[in-house]
Amino acid sequence: MDYQTHISVQNLNVHYGNQQVLKNITLNIPDRKITAIIGPSGCGKTTLLKSFNRLIDSVEGVKVSGQVLVDDENILDPKTEVTHIRKKMGLLLQKPYPLPMSIYDNVAYGPRIHGMKDKKRLDEIVERFLKKASLWDEVKERLSQPASMLSVGQQQRLCLARGLAVEPEIILGDEPTSALDPQSSQRIEHAFIELKQDYTIVIVTHILRQARRMADYVVFLYLGELIEHGPAWDIFNNPKQALTREYIKGLIS
Amino acid sequence: MERRNIEEKIFKGLMLISTVVILSSLILILLTVLVKGFPYLSLAMVTQVPQGGYYLGKGGGILNAIVGSMYLAGGATFLAILFSLPVALYLNVYSKSDSKFVSACRFAFDVLCGVPSIVYGAFGFTIMIFFGMRASLLGGIIAIAMLIMPMMIRSMDEVIRLVPRELMDASYALGANRWETALKVVARQSLPGILTSILIAFGRGIGDAAAVIFTAGFTDAIPTSLLRPVATLPLAIFFQLGVPIPEVQGRAYASALILTILILIISLAARLLSKKLTRHVVK
Repeated sequence: MDYQTHISVQNLNVHYGNQQVLKNITLNIPDRKITAIIGPSGCGKTTLLKSFNRLIDSVEGVKVSGQVLVDDENILDPKTEVTHIRKKMGLLLQKPYPLPMSIYDNVAYGPRIHGMKDKKRLDEIVERFLKKASLWDEVKERLSQPASMLSVGQQQRLCLARGLAVEPEIILGDEPTSALDPQSSQRIEHAFIELKQDYTIVIVTHILRQARRMADYVVFLYLGELIEHGPAWDIFNNPKQALTREYIKGLIS
Repeated sequence: MERRNIEEKIFKGLMLISTVVILSSLILILLTVLVKGFPYLSLAMVTQVPQGGYYLGKGGGILNAIVGSMYLAGGATFLAILFSLPVALYLNVYSKSDSKFVSACRFAFDVLCGVPSIVYGAFGFTIMIFFGMRASLLGGIIAIAMLIMPMMIRSMDEVIRLVPRELMDASYALGANRWETALKVVARQSLPGILTSILIAFGRGIGDAAAVIFTAGFTDAIPTSLLRPVATLPLAIFFQLGVPIPEVQGRAYASALILTILILIISLAARLLSKKLTRHVVK
């Protein structure tokens, strides 16, 4: 395995109140590859993803221990500034949530809060990232219209463009195609495959076929425990653990 | 099966009756005010302050109370927004969702909503005495602001609570801090609801008599400074209705009609405004 590590998770434990959601996870996520986190619902996939950009901070009664290192910086350290690590990671949620503003302002939102004021450069950024998310041709005539008027599939690509516009290194996707129709899903998948040249991509998915299509590296979680992780081919064709084998065959879900 | 059908019919009937009772009382109130007040409505009513002997049936109008009420309710609403919006945003964006502290705050505001307005008036009056203030526009504004703040906070809180958690997460994920998220995303998303909250609070403030009896005083003049006493429509109605002269009592109903129309105009204006502002709201 000649992967370069981008995110390194060490002994990560997450509790919600008395319930332990993640149990002692240790894992390296490779740089510029698509990593798929798979497992049945309620196994802690989303929690693992959200601990990468510390969105779990806002959950009441959450306790986190262990380390998550991104570029050798422990992002779980209370001293680490949250906005700085979040800027490194774009996030796509299950359902697209465009911000309550125009298409243009949605993409410009991130650059603006990070201090970009130059109108010309903002125009360039908006165009560049809408193109990257393959949405530009559909919206270039109506950038000032409310983002909520787009279709769900378009909204998800807008969210992708919005995330890319803060120039992250990592893209996190929490079942990013689960609310989309097959065609829109395909467009998002294609966008991801193109983007992995420049970005480290981590997606949570419960669709095994999707993981097979896209993933270079697979992480299998079950009831908060890391059962197995490795290159996608090995996990799908030669799983070492009985649980993984059963899950991949569809015997447990 | 038969019993369940009867149950269904009984409850349907009950609901219908309640609706009819509420609607007809509203219509009855409006009709009374309209029928009794309309004949006494005149241009002088809305363009003149009371002349000598107005309360004995002589000439003049209630411009002092119309302007006074607008000043008072407008000032109090403005003051209340300054406090309510930050509190409502704090409860939903800054504090951890549904923590004990937040529920304690919500409970406290609910209790404050139930406190009668005369108590706010008396409380405001005590504070004014402490500072050596006389009944004035400022005193009235503070008393009314205290009265409407709890309900403004709670109604803003309820609409801001409806903003999806994920929408806030989307903003955080882009590296926005809470302040930016609260102002640029949460407040914008809930703007129509916030406007409604403000409007309801304004309506409650402009119609209240008890809180201003001690604090705002009453005068026939239009106030020229915050420290002058001010007349209000509810008190003008109260005083006119207490005079045993039919002419003056009729004017009381005309004043009530003016108050009703005032609130109607402001509601319609706010509706129109909020329609323009809801363009970007994500459904």
